[in-house]
Amino acid sequence: MSILFSHLRKYRKECVLAPLFKLLEAVLELFVPIVVASLIDVGIAGNDVPYIIRMTLILFALAVTGVVVSVTAQYFSARAAALFARDAKKDLFSHIQTLSLIDSERTGLATLINRMTGDMNLVQSGVNMTLRLLLRSPFVVAGAAVMAFTVDVRAALIFVVVIPLLSLVVALLVRVTVPRFRTVQSSMDTLLSRTRENCKGARVIRAFNLQDEEEEAFFKDNDSLMRLQKKAGNISIITSPMTSFIVNMGIIAVIWYGGLRVNIGTLSQGSVVALFNYMNQILVELIKLASLIQTITKALASARRIEAVFRTQSSMADGTSESFADTSTAVEFSHVTFSYTKSGEPVLKDISFTLGEGQTLGIIGATGSGKSTLGALIARLYDTDSGQVRVMGRPVGDYSISFLRRNVTLVLQKARLLKGTIRSNLMLSAPGASEEDLVSALKDAQAWDFVCEKGLDATVETGGRNFSGGQRQRLSIARALVRKSPVLILDDSFSALDYLTDSRLRQALSERGGTRIIISQRASSVMNADKIILLENGMISACGTHEELMASSRVYQEIYYTQFEKEAR
Amino acid sequence: MDRTVIRRSMGYLKGCRIEFALSILMALVYVVSSLYIPLLAGQAIDSLVGKGEVSFAVLKNDLCGIFLTAIACFISQYLLSRLNNRIVYSIAHDMRRDAFAKIEKLPFSWLDSHRQGDIVARVITDVDQVSDGLLLGFSQFFTAVLTIVMTIYYLISLDIIIALVVIILSPLSLIVASFIAHKTHRHFSLTAQKRALQTDMTDEYITCTPEVLCYNLHSSCQDSFNKVNDEWAASSLKGTFYSSLVNPATRAVNSIVYACAALSGALLAVSGRLTVGGLVSSLSYANQYTKPFNDITGVVTELQNAIVCASRIFSLLDQEDVPDDGKEELTGDDISISFQDVSFSYTKGQNLIQHFSLDIESGQHVAIVGPTGAGKSTIINLIMRYYETDEGRILINDKDIRDISLESLRSSFGSVLQDTFIRTATVRENVTMGRSFTDEQVIDACKRAHVHDIIMRLESGYDTMLDDDGGLLSAGERQLLAIARCMIDLPDLLILDEATSSIDTRTEGLIQASFNEMTEGRTSFVVAHRLSTVRGADVILVLKDGDIIEAGRHDELIERGGFYSELYKSQFAVS
Repeated sequence: MSILFSHLRKYRKECVLAPLFKLLEAVLELFVPIVVASLIDVGIAGNDVPYIIRMTLILFALAVTGVVVSVTAQYFSARAAALFARDAKKDLFSHIQTLSLIDSERTGLATLINRMTGDMNLVQSGVNMTLRLLLRSPFVVAGAAVMAFTVDVRAALIFVVVIPLLSLVVALLVRVTVPRFRTVQSSMDTLLSRTRENCKGARVIRAFNLQDEEEEAFFKDNDSLMRLQKKAGNISIITSPMTSFIVNMGIIAVIWYGGLRVNIGTLSQGSVVALFNYMNQILVELIKLASLIQTITKALASARRIEAVFRTQSSMADGTSESFADTSTAVEFSHVTFSYTKSGEPVLKDISFTLGEGQTLGIIGATGSGKSTLGALIARLYDTDSGQVRVMGRPVGDYSISFLRRNVTLVLQKARLLKGTIRSNLMLSAPGASEEDLVSALKDAQAWDFVCEKGLDATVETGGRNFSGGQRQRLSIARALVRKSPVLILDDSFSALDYLTDSRLRQALSERGGTRIIISQRASSVMNADKIILLENGMISACGTHEELMASSRVYQEIYYTQFEKEAR
Repeated sequence: MDRTVIRRSMGYLKGCRIEFALSILMALVYVVSSLYIPLLAGQAIDSLVGKGEVSFAVLKNDLCGIFLTAIACFISQYLLSRLNNRIVYSIAHDMRRDAFAKIEKLPFSWLDSHRQGDIVARVITDVDQVSDGLLLGFSQFFTAVLTIVMTIYYLISLDIIIALVVIILSPLSLIVASFIAHKTHRHFSLTAQKRALQTDMTDEYITCTPEVLCYNLHSSCQDSFNKVNDEWAASSLKGTFYSSLVNPATRAVNSIVYACAALSGALLAVSGRLTVGGLVSSLSYANQYTKPFNDITGVVTELQNAIVCASRIFSLLDQEDVPDDGKEELTGDDISISFQDVSFSYTKGQNLIQHFSLDIESGQHVAIVGPTGAGKSTIINLIMRYYETDEGRILINDKDIRDISLESLRSSFGSVLQDTFIRTATVRENVTMGRSFTDEQVIDACKRAHVHDIIMRLESGYDTMLDDDGGLLSAGERQLLAIARCMIDLPDLLILDEATSSIDTRTEGLIQASFNEMTEGRTSFVVAHRLSTVRGADVILVLKDGDIIEAGRHDELIERGGFYSELYKSQFAVS
């Protein structure tokens, strides 16, 4: 049983009642030809006007009951579909949140968003339609055959031939066309991403005079899309002429055979009419079924994609420990190696160091040297390939993840704020914080000057886009400071700040105390640290205080001199 | 407005005029033949009067008629769909081709002022809507009208009274349907609103996954999601339910019409005006009669939608192309640039650059610095001709850049732009960018751009597939790759627009050195935020609010103690 559809279990009642009422509606519809048949055989043949009126009243009654029954069915199916979607979305959302960062990144954040929204909507309407029609249509078809038997057993044998033939045609065509339409869809996706790319990268594309090449590639894909569409379309369009034709042949057979039987007096004219009407009902139902199958295939494809997300298990096991073992050593790496992909070269190689409680560690290095990765390993956003990361005397994997992240706060390189207010952003990470806590965090983060004009309740738009890059960085630092966690990691969080603000901020941080890890490209940001690690290509190339590194590391000197004018040669 | 849009959409039919005519013909054959079958069936049933009274000659005749009509129906319906497919797909194909070709020629003033999603939607979804809705709509509309006309004709040929009953009562279902749709519109828009809210929230929380993880935000995110989710579900339930009322309601009306037809038909049959077969035929028609009406309402909404989509596509196609009528070619390695009294603004009335004049000799290294919004990148936009000057002119080697062909202009420039765009292609293809280079050249360029080691850490090295949205490369790494693109081919004019903003200063210095080596004697333009990179420039232009407020060499500017020296001090740590 799929995880996605197990959410229907709670709505078992609705899932049974909806099709049941639909079946009831179908039964009512199946009575109509019989009533019409007796109207002809008894009423018209016997010139019995009261009988005709009685039969017509039955038709009216069938219509009214039909609408009541059908509305009930619609209600149950709408309810099952909406509530199912609600529960499934809720679980999917919470499941996505259990995934580790590497799992989410591997699946792709955009993909996850699509599963939650577009795919979920398709599944919802698929469930709704299925409950309403999937049982009804085959039932009407089968029911028409059964009713035909009650009218005349031998004539009903025609139905026994026609129905499997029709089912075969429909099934065959669905089987042939569904994969073809899938290729059409993926070909359409290619065109979409090409278009997107040409909007996004227009400057670069034109700078390199790639327009003609891009156009040619698009035209080629566009041509192949049309070819695929025609190919898929030309097959799928056979369905409806074919089914109509088969039913028409069935009608000929029914009337001809009916004629023979009427002639020898074993069948009435009304019965032939009833058989004829049943044949027509089958046709109408099959047309509905064909369009339903399309909806269902789309929904199933979406369901499969959602299911894959549900089946993705977090590759990170949660620990149980909720206390520190030894608070004298805040962070310790021993022979840590890490790579993002199995076959790629490691991003960090054999990293070992220790950092005492209350100390400040600076990490500096070139773009791509693995600085951010090192910080992320401390907060256990990723697990190491080999070696161990310890925080407060215990391997990070032993702590419960929520305990670890309460105590190790990582300020990310790219500062994203959530929609809401400044207050809500700060409170989100520290629900118990007091007003003073918020203000002092904002002051220390050097954010108070622009916050105090707007107030704590100033709105923050999605992603914080109504603040400048530097303001966002300072707000995200404030968000981290309110948590007062013993270990604070700042991943290049000063990059958009000028040097003066940078230095004031560091001053405020050192007054706050606690263990700090500052990842930066600026020598000035790390030079006052108790220990500085210089990373080169994922390895520690030098480690020590600023003075030591200035004396021993040529690379460190170079970094320093590209940034410090006064001592430049 | 609508009429011109429709006429223009129809213009795309030109290539398949014959198909269109045939399609109309086939629709005619299909409607007439498919509606003729119930009539023949009724006649056939009429010959089944009773025991020993069946006239097989007549029956055979009628059944043969049905058989032939069924064949005609089969062929015409198949051909109709096939022709329509052909028309729809070719038109979508042509429109899409035109729209895409247009995108490659649109001016940046248009591209920058439209959301990307909006442009993509025009090329992909709108085109489908137009080809499906507008053109197929016409075909469906035509078929539906024809069906109505033919049904009325056949009904009247059977009996006028029963015809009147069906014709007058059937549109009732339309009224009921539109009544329900009208009443439930509120629920629809409410559900749509809630869904949009939920989508935004999902989008935000999933995009912020790293924050959610780092700050243990799971439970608070889940709580607010659940709240919105519950509200959405409640309104979705109502919306779905109410909208699904249309179907049973119209069906009920239909059944009542059927019953009325049965009653009147039976009474007529009793009085001898109508045969049993006639009654059966009438009932078949009564059953089918509402369908074309529903089709027409469907088509009308779809048509309205399609017209909106079509006008969106045409407004894209109607934009003027970037003028590219320059015939001159840039030759030789030397490039001198001169701005002559250039004025420019992105939006009319908000002047950015005013009366800007500057002469750059061949071989000069020019740096542009200044605070955000000062118009630094605008200068680049103007030289690259991404935007046209409002007044004044820009000369390259004494030729007005408008007289130089865009291709020649841009291929003499090597640029690393602020926007480090990554194509969906391999690392190698991202470096070559459509030019032909050997693997050695690619690797050499990447080594000089200090990105080789980073590439080797990727899953398949130079064959790793990249795309612009992927998280494989950090901002700095993307910039390094963009630099490699530029370094592989020595340009006559080098343009660096904040090319190293996300790269650490030491690597930046090393890259600077290789650039300097490469561009020895060549003209270069560097826009920089970080001032450490511009110290060696021949002339530094300090821009503020679109004006050059200072110009000179680094030492001169520092000595002057003006805006530049202030800016410079603020960027360097006080030790």
